[in-house]
Amino acid sequence: MTTMMNSPSTPPTEAVASRRLPGDLAIWFFILAEMLVFAVFFATYAFARAKNVEMFNLYQQTLDRNLGALNTFLLITGSWFVVLAVQAAHHDNRPAISRNILLGWLCGGGFLVVKVIEYSAKFGAGISMSTNTFYMFYISLTFFHFMHVILGMVILTVLWLQSRNGAYGSHNAHGLESGAAYWHMVDLLWIVLFPLVYVMR
Amino acid sequence: MQFKSQAVAKPYFIAAIGLFVGQILFGLILGLQYVLGDFLFPAIPFNVARMVHTNLLIVWLLFGFMGGAYYMIPEEAETELFSPKLALLMFWIFLVAGALTIVGYLAVPYATLAELTGNNILETMGREFLEQPLPTKLGIVVVALVFLFNITMTVLKGKKTAISIVLLLGLWGLAVFFLFSFYNPTNVVLDKFFWWWTVHLWVEGVWELILGSFLAFVLIKTTGVDREVIEKWLYVIVTLTLISGIIGTGHHYFWIGTPEYWQWWGSIFSALEPIPFFGMTVFAFNMVNRRRREHPNKAAVLWALGTGVMAFLGAGVWGFLHTLAPVNYYTHGTQITAAHGHMAFYGAYAMVNLMMISYAMPILRGRAANSNKSQVLEMWSFWLMTVAIVFITLFLTAAGILQVWLQRVSDAPLPFMVAQEKIALFYWMREWAGVVFLIGLIVYITSFFVGGSEKEAA
Repeated sequence: MTTMMNSPSTPPTEAVASRRLPGDLAIWFFILAEMLVFAVFFATYAFARAKNVEMFNLYQQTLDRNLGALNTFLLITGSWFVVLAVQAAHHDNRPAISRNILLGWLCGGGFLVVKVIEYSAKFGAGISMSTNTFYMFYISLTFFHFMHVILGMVILTVLWLQSRNGAYGSHNAHGLESGAAYWHMVDLLWIVLFPLVYVMR
Repeated sequence: MQFKSQAVAKPYFIAAIGLFVGQILFGLILGLQYVLGDFLFPAIPFNVARMVHTNLLIVWLLFGFMGGAYYMIPEEAETELFSPKLALLMFWIFLVAGALTIVGYLAVPYATLAELTGNNILETMGREFLEQPLPTKLGIVVVALVFLFNITMTVLKGKKTAISIVLLLGLWGLAVFFLFSFYNPTNVVLDKFFWWWTVHLWVEGVWELILGSFLAFVLIKTTGVDREVIEKWLYVIVTLTLISGIIGTGHHYFWIGTPEYWQWWGSIFSALEPIPFFGMTVFAFNMVNRRRREHPNKAAVLWALGTGVMAFLGAGVWGFLHTLAPVNYYTHGTQITAAHGHMAFYGAYAMVNLMMISYAMPILRGRAANSNKSQVLEMWSFWLMTVAIVFITLFLTAAGILQVWLQRVSDAPLPFMVAQEKIALFYWMREWAGVVFLIGLIVYITSFFVGGSEKEAA
């Protein structure tokens, strides 16, 4: 079904590249399933907020938007490095592949550190999922996302090890593209989550 | 039969069908007790009949899973079973332990049984579905571990396919989560919290992996579709099952003393539980439509398609009906649950076992498929049982909606027993649908003895 077009005769032109699905079909199913869970979660958040806008607005102000913005920057930068890694693979620039994956991984690590600082402030103040509905959503959504960042970093670790063994190049970027697609999803989810929970009034 | 040791599956299948008959007979007794409260009292009180009905279900499904695994694993691993002797020994231990347990339920009062079997050493009894005495529970653990050892060793020495890995994952999960049946905290909230780790994580978690794996195996065999394609579907189904099903446990945690966030978590994740079942429906039909050969065993293909559809309806749709916290606020523990339970267990787990038996049994008896006459009977039994369960579900759903209305929603709520009397008509109709189910089951068993030898296809 998805043993992708491996025919080496195909020139890597833009026209061909735009028509084919990067990565494995299975990872796209996985990504869709993950996004579906978050979509339902976001919709439930909107539903719960609509019933109690003032309370949500009040407690939203206790969140640290600067740390949230910093994390947005970290994840977008991380995604950019992963894009560079995929492009490096398409151009057979092997050292650049693993270097960029590592930089992307470090951005993910930075995100986790910032998040832990943020969490320790909140938990230190005695806030829990049972404090109120806003904090229930804040903790649930960010924690699920946190776990996805960790999973994404595990995947990046595998990609990094593989790339060091020279697994990827212009004729074999399939696994790299699959992992990269997942990492972009982690980024994308945060780009929805951050404005929704931290900023939007 | 490709491997001689696959033959150990046969006694497991026969025992499964025998216990299935017992389950249905006790179901009919129970159904009658709903409307004639003192039927068979005091010989078989309602609580005992219910316990026998549900316990026989679990045990026959386990026999079916083990039989299916013993049949499938050697063929997938392309090697003989690690130890056929061990498999047969475990069969007899499990059968005798199961039979003794049922006899215990029926022969002595439950409290006496608890005393006799050392419940005071480790209190595990008295909880729905996990009523088994301590020695039986320990027996289940031993049988499960030896069984797992046997098939895991077989896979380790042979070929490791995605289908057998998924099956192993499901079966190991089954064994691990059963261990929570030994954990019985005195705090009722904690008790229920962990009780669901066995019950929910079985039927809405690891058992789905077993279902997916069996379905994939039979579809490969009967349709001839490429293994690669089938495996990809299996991965997707497994992923969706685990994403939705694990935290979906939360939909049992509404208003039983657990923190309120479970109402959100449970609703959100369990709302997605129908998706893997829908995936299985599409999977089964898609593969059969793309088939590259006409397998002579049409009955097995019918069961495969049937389980795809009925699991989705029973587990997916009827589960979704009452899975959201605001809905469950009214429907918790009503006949809506019973309606869902009947169709889900039949559609997902009874049917997948019957599919496996339907595919494997003719081969175990030395032919690729049964004679046309036998298959026609089997397909009749398919329709009789399936239509009967659809009606049982519809009648119970109607009873449940009325019950919720009369007992909980209306301005002047009625007491439980008064509401029960008002919906008795639906219980009578359910009982008649149950009789049709029994007829279907008799037809099913008859199909094993009809015209088997007249047309040797293998």
